Amino acid sequence: MESTLDIFVKSIFSENMIFAYFLGMCSYLAVSKTVKTAVGLGAAVIFVLTVTVPVNYLLENYLLKAGALSWLGEEYADYDLSFLSFIMFIAVVASIVQLVEMLVEKFAPALYGALGIFLPLIAVNCSILGGALFMQERQYSTLLDATAFAFGSGIGWFIAIVAIAAIREKIRYSHIPAPLRGLGITFILTGLMGIAFMSFMGIKYGKEVKKEKAQTVQTSQLTTAKTQE
Amino acid sequence: MSESLFSKKNRKLITDPLTDNNPVTVQVLGICSALAITVQVNQAIVMGLSVIFVTMMGNVVISMLRNLIPSRIRIIVQLVVVAALVIVVDQVLAAFLPDLSAKLSVFVGLIITNCIIMGRLEAFAMANKPWPSLLDGFGNGLGYAGLLVLVAVFRELFGSGTLLGFTIFGNSLPGEESGLYAMGYTNNNMMILPPMALIIVGVIIWVQRLRNKELQEDH
Repeated sequence: MESTLDIFVKSIFSENMIFAYFLGMCSYLAVSKTVKTAVGLGAAVIFVLTVTVPVNYLLENYLLKAGALSWLGEEYADYDLSFLSFIMFIAVVASIVQLVEMLVEKFAPALYGALGIFLPLIAVNCSILGGALFMQERQYSTLLDATAFAFGSGIGWFIAIVAIAAIREKIRYSHIPAPLRGLGITFILTGLMGIAFMSFMGIKYGKEVKKEKAQTVQTSQLTTAKTQE
Repeated sequence: MSESLFSKKNRKLITDPLTDNNPVTVQVLGICSALAITVQVNQAIVMGLSVIFVTMMGNVVISMLRNLIPSRIRIIVQLVVVAALVIVVDQVLAAFLPDLSAKLSVFVGLIITNCIIMGRLEAFAMANKPWPSLLDGFGNGLGYAGLLVLVAVFRELFGSGTLLGFTIFGNSLPGEESGLYAMGYTNNNMMILPPMALIIVGVIIWVQRLRNKELQEDH
């Protein structure tokens, strides 16, 4: 089993929502013209992902999965409602976004000023539903793991959008061929950043490192044994 | 009906999104779920057909309900209609094409939040009759599917040397090379990696804007 920290780091870097799966590209392209708005949207994505994925995790494990209803009694143990998961997940996402919007407006007007206009956009951001669906597919074993995955994915998305916004602010001063300006160059830049992010795939996580250490210790012991002979 | 079913205006609804108003390269919609599944042409075709089905049916349903939906909750109504259609697509794929369905994994579910669908519902179906909405949905779905297949053709041909699973450049197995491989050609493994999809789309946009100056942006 992967540790929670592994899941967290992995979902930021090697399984980055934008660079590895292209999720949330629409708002990524539309709201990345300046760093300021990019930070706002990125923060909103972190927030909403961290709230919705755990809720959907509970929904998945206590309502939708095959056999998930067994806590109701023996006769419910055979039910498999997983075909309903799309509609349930999107309903949860849409309603939580509405709820969060209202709560933030009431209790944190300053935050609402910063995030407000982005929150409704987020209900249809692929990365939020994508987070829920990946959580379902990968079957995280505990609520904590699912939350770590959601928080990490949010941070990964945040890094991606802030980075591209910074680059787009800078390239305004460069001489780009006219047909490539705007959308075209953004696509190519994202592709190049994706290639850069692929180098994170070489990161070794907890268990692999331990295994390797054990192997090197073994081989070194063997060699010392041999030299002693 | 006062005008014929395939009048000039209605035909334009289908042909426009294919080129000058392409949902992906011009309207910048629906890139989210599009690019991760363009490694092979057959995946792209299945994904394209699913999206065509959902945009068409979604547009028709929303267009029929357009006078009944209160505008405050219209997003949620649209999401529920689209989600129901996507569940149909997902169940059909899982039943008849289980291998492909497993490969597409979460990306079928992500059709729900595909911006093309929400964008067309919001911009067209909420204000038009069912028949034009159907054509609009079909045209936009087709424009999306066309781009998907185009990207997939490049990636599969140069990445794996095949098209729809058929070998094009000859046998690449080490030791028994034939065709181009015998002359020292190798597959470009870069094409299989996800970032190349973005770069190919970037180049397609470049070519399109080179030909159509009106689409060019200032910055």
